[in-house]
Amino acid sequence: MIRVENVSKSFTLHNQGAAVIPVMRGGELTVARGECVALTGASGAGKSTLMRMIYGNYLTASGRVMVGDLDVARAAPREILGLRRNVLGYVSQFLRVVPRVATLDVVAEPLRAVGSSEADARARAGELLAQLNIPERLWQLSPTTFSGGEQQRVNIARGFAHPYPVLLLDEPTASLDATNRATVLALIEEAKARGTAILGIFHDEAARDQICDREVDVTRFTPGLAA
Amino acid sequence: MTPLLQVENIAKFYGARIGCTDVSFDLYPGEVMGIVGESGSGKSTLLNTLAGHLTPDRGAVRFDTRADGLRDTVTMSEPERRMLSRTDWAFVHQHARDGLRMNVSAGGNVGERLMAVGARHYGDIRASATDWLGRVEINEDRIDDRPSAFSGGMQQRLQIARNLVTGPRLVFMDEPTGGLDVSVQARLLDLLRGLVREMGLSAIIVTHDLAVVRLLADRLMVMKDGHVVETGLTDQVLDDPQHGYTQLLVSSVLQV
Repeated sequence: MIRVENVSKSFTLHNQGAAVIPVMRGGELTVARGECVALTGASGAGKSTLMRMIYGNYLTASGRVMVGDLDVARAAPREILGLRRNVLGYVSQFLRVVPRVATLDVVAEPLRAVGSSEADARARAGELLAQLNIPERLWQLSPTTFSGGEQQRVNIARGFAHPYPVLLLDEPTASLDATNRATVLALIEEAKARGTAILGIFHDEAARDQICDREVDVTRFTPGLAA
Repeated sequence: MTPLLQVENIAKFYGARIGCTDVSFDLYPGEVMGIVGESGSGKSTLLNTLAGHLTPDRGAVRFDTRADGLRDTVTMSEPERRMLSRTDWAFVHQHARDGLRMNVSAGGNVGERLMAVGARHYGDIRASATDWLGRVEINEDRIDDRPSAFSGGMQQRLQIARNLVTGPRLVFMDEPTGGLDVSVQARLLDLLRGLVREMGLSAIIVTHDLAVVRLLADRLMVMKDGHVVETGLTDQVLDDPQHGYTQLLVSSVLQV
């Protein structure tokens, strides 16, 4: 479902003497249906960069980034928006929402976007929030006031609301206690069983060993670092 | 899919000075596009040119009309363009008083737009006005008050109700949250997002507030000195800006 071929990326900082910082060269990766692949490498090696290139919020300088049959490196904004609505989910490390919108609506939004009825979307959102131990009395409040761990769980609920065929997970188990961590791992297993292709960054080694089928070390793609 | 709006090579000059030039893009149904840039960058000139308030010196603005498909609004007759601006377009001004009639009641402000497209039954008009005041969270018992007695945030919400009551397909917004305090801004953003989704609206939003476009816009256009310097998906332009000016804009945002 994901096929990254020979991608490169550099940042040009126009306001700092036009410094050019190469961050990736010869990036290669595949993730099949029902497979979970972990990105590994030291902090700064380019794990998040590669993930953002796949999601389309970082541009790819050269090479191909196929998600399903769309080349994200070359697709028009409209095609990427459609892909993100229907096919490609992303659980980032930070929750970004309109202030004052109720948690239940934040989680239900991806379902509304694909045309689910209001009742179905809210029912599914409630189910996930309950599973992730967000007390029901908080559902009508905005998640902006929640603790870090609670926000992270709201973010995960939102990412799993619609059964995307492809999921990108950036540290999904960070800042979670043992119970919630187990719930998140179970959600990931469930998605895998359903045939979802998953690409993740996990600093939590035990979690990585439990759910990932393979690892890809991005250090191989870091210019100047490759052995 | 046919674009709702197709802009081709638009230019507007003020004498020898450039208002905006070489602007081209397609906007599809349901899409929200943000235009950002500092004041004087040409973003408001562009918006007013697209909405038919200014006549461009060059270029075409094609709109997908209900009857005849894509038509160039620059070359169509004035009455045709006026009809489109009543039935299919809406324009939300930065200052609510530019978009409202300050000495007519709130209900009258909303009802007037309906009458402009042919509604005549008083009961229906009043019912519609009441419904829309509710949707923008203005209490029903304020329907006979004049907007001059409203707070800034309420005036802005009334302007939005007045604009959306006729079921437009394309909304132009010029700094819709500018000048409002942040708590009112958040509520207005949520309202706009909900309406865009429910009504399947397309919108073009001019703002200098990057946080507003991140939450509202699917796509982003960055302008400087009348030129478009960068376009793309909103999160791509903000997370991985390519042009020096965009990098400067993004890195200048204060963190709360």
